[in-house]
Amino acid sequence: MRYAMAVDTKKCVGCGDCVVACQTENNVPHGYCRDWIVENVAGTYPKLEIELRSERCNHCENSPCVRCCPTGASHIVDGGIVLVTHDECIGCGACIESCPYDARYPHPEGYVDKCTFCVHRVSDGENPACVDVCPTSCLHFGDLDDPNSDVSKILKNRKWKVLAPEAGTNPQLYFLT
Amino acid sequence: MKEELFVSGRNIPHIDPYLHLWTWEIPLYLFLGGLAAGILFFAGYFYIMHKERDMTATIKWAPMLVPFLLVIGLGALFLDLHHKLYFWRLYTIIRLESPMSWGAWVLMAITPLSIVWAGTYVREVFPNFKWPLALLNDFETFAKKYRKAMAWVMMILAVILGVYTGILLSAFNARPLWNTSILGPLFLVSGFSTGLAAIIWMSKSKYERKVLTRIDLIFVFVELFFIIHMIMGLQAGSQAAIEASQLFLGGEFTVTFWIFVVLLGLLFPATLEIFELRGYHVPGWLPSFLILMGGLVFRFVILEAGQITRYLY
Repeated sequence: MRYAMAVDTKKCVGCGDCVVACQTENNVPHGYCRDWIVENVAGTYPKLEIELRSERCNHCENSPCVRCCPTGASHIVDGGIVLVTHDECIGCGACIESCPYDARYPHPEGYVDKCTFCVHRVSDGENPACVDVCPTSCLHFGDLDDPNSDVSKILKNRKWKVLAPEAGTNPQLYFLT
Repeated sequence: MKEELFVSGRNIPHIDPYLHLWTWEIPLYLFLGGLAAGILFFAGYFYIMHKERDMTATIKWAPMLVPFLLVIGLGALFLDLHHKLYFWRLYTIIRLESPMSWGAWVLMAITPLSIVWAGTYVREVFPNFKWPLALLNDFETFAKKYRKAMAWVMMILAVILGVYTGILLSAFNARPLWNTSILGPLFLVSGFSTGLAAIIWMSKSKYERKVLTRIDLIFVFVELFFIIHMIMGLQAGSQAAIEASQLFLGGEFTVTFWIFVVLLGLLFPATLEIFELRGYHVPGWLPSFLILMGGLVFRFVILEAGQITRYLY
């Protein structure tokens, strides 16, 4: 099993519903977020191009955060989801420094927090909260090892990219372009 | 034009708009750790070379400081933790992949060792000192028999500690400025040089100062070579690495780095040391003070600059 998410940058309108859904679902403290939206503007006027990306933890296969964690609090569970065990985390910040995507943050209670791919929902066969709430259905989630899953099919048919492939992290958050 | 904006209002403390999670605690610790490693290495080395009579500051005086340096350093590390009450989790597991884990274990070994080493000399350094417990007296007699073994272990652990202060940062793939393998040797050499500077400052013997100053000069020039090497390596790297090196080549850390680290922290004290060896009168504390200051500023600069650097996408 290999969970992954594909973000359709052609369909995303940057409404921020995924961000709010995540904050509500996961009780993210006020002022913090586990997912966020980046607007990338490139080109010269009048030929400007906008790309909207809903970003979160990339649940990397070769995850630098798991490697550098001194206590083993950061770990990978079944399906390749990267998680933090709160009462093993000492809040040293090594994982935050090591993440090329700035996807982690120190929770006000001390431990390091991040996107969990809504593991509590996914293990019950549901989609992550951000995916379910997206009004343009631009988020696709599923198992890459299953060729019939939503995410496998769309990655087969569309062009995609990942962020900072040169970091060698093998991220599992795909952006359809 | 190329512009990236967070349109969902992301403004997380310590992370946005640029990473500044580690502030003064980590560089202070890296400095104290390197300094302690330097002092312990040379205390062990000259003890093994049977220089106990000639090199009293190296073997007896300076190591008195080390337990305090390490405890202050550990205190700074503790202050840096965000989930402080769980710090003991560090010592429930050994993770070889994580430099921070084996660094924590090395500290666990070298701190008590430095206390025992200082304890075996404390009555020689302070003749009026008396152990409050008779048991400690017996322990001192016992530990004195194993000084040679301790010296060997101290030298090995000091090298690991010195390298670890650099590897801690170079293990972070996400920060191009840190992610260079030269950082380990560079921090080791810099730490040893600050250790020597501290011993020279404390030493009153002409012979000892001369020997240590000569060694320190070598370390300073190796450090300069490594710094040039680091910048050349970054310049020859990817776009992210080039941008990281630009922070020192016209970017916001240029003045701090070249004036306070390279000029005042390395070149100027090295010149003073050369003059001192040639027989000119130089205030004894000045080169040492400058090298120590340079070492401290160096760690602050590398830490702050490194956190700004990142992959570009």
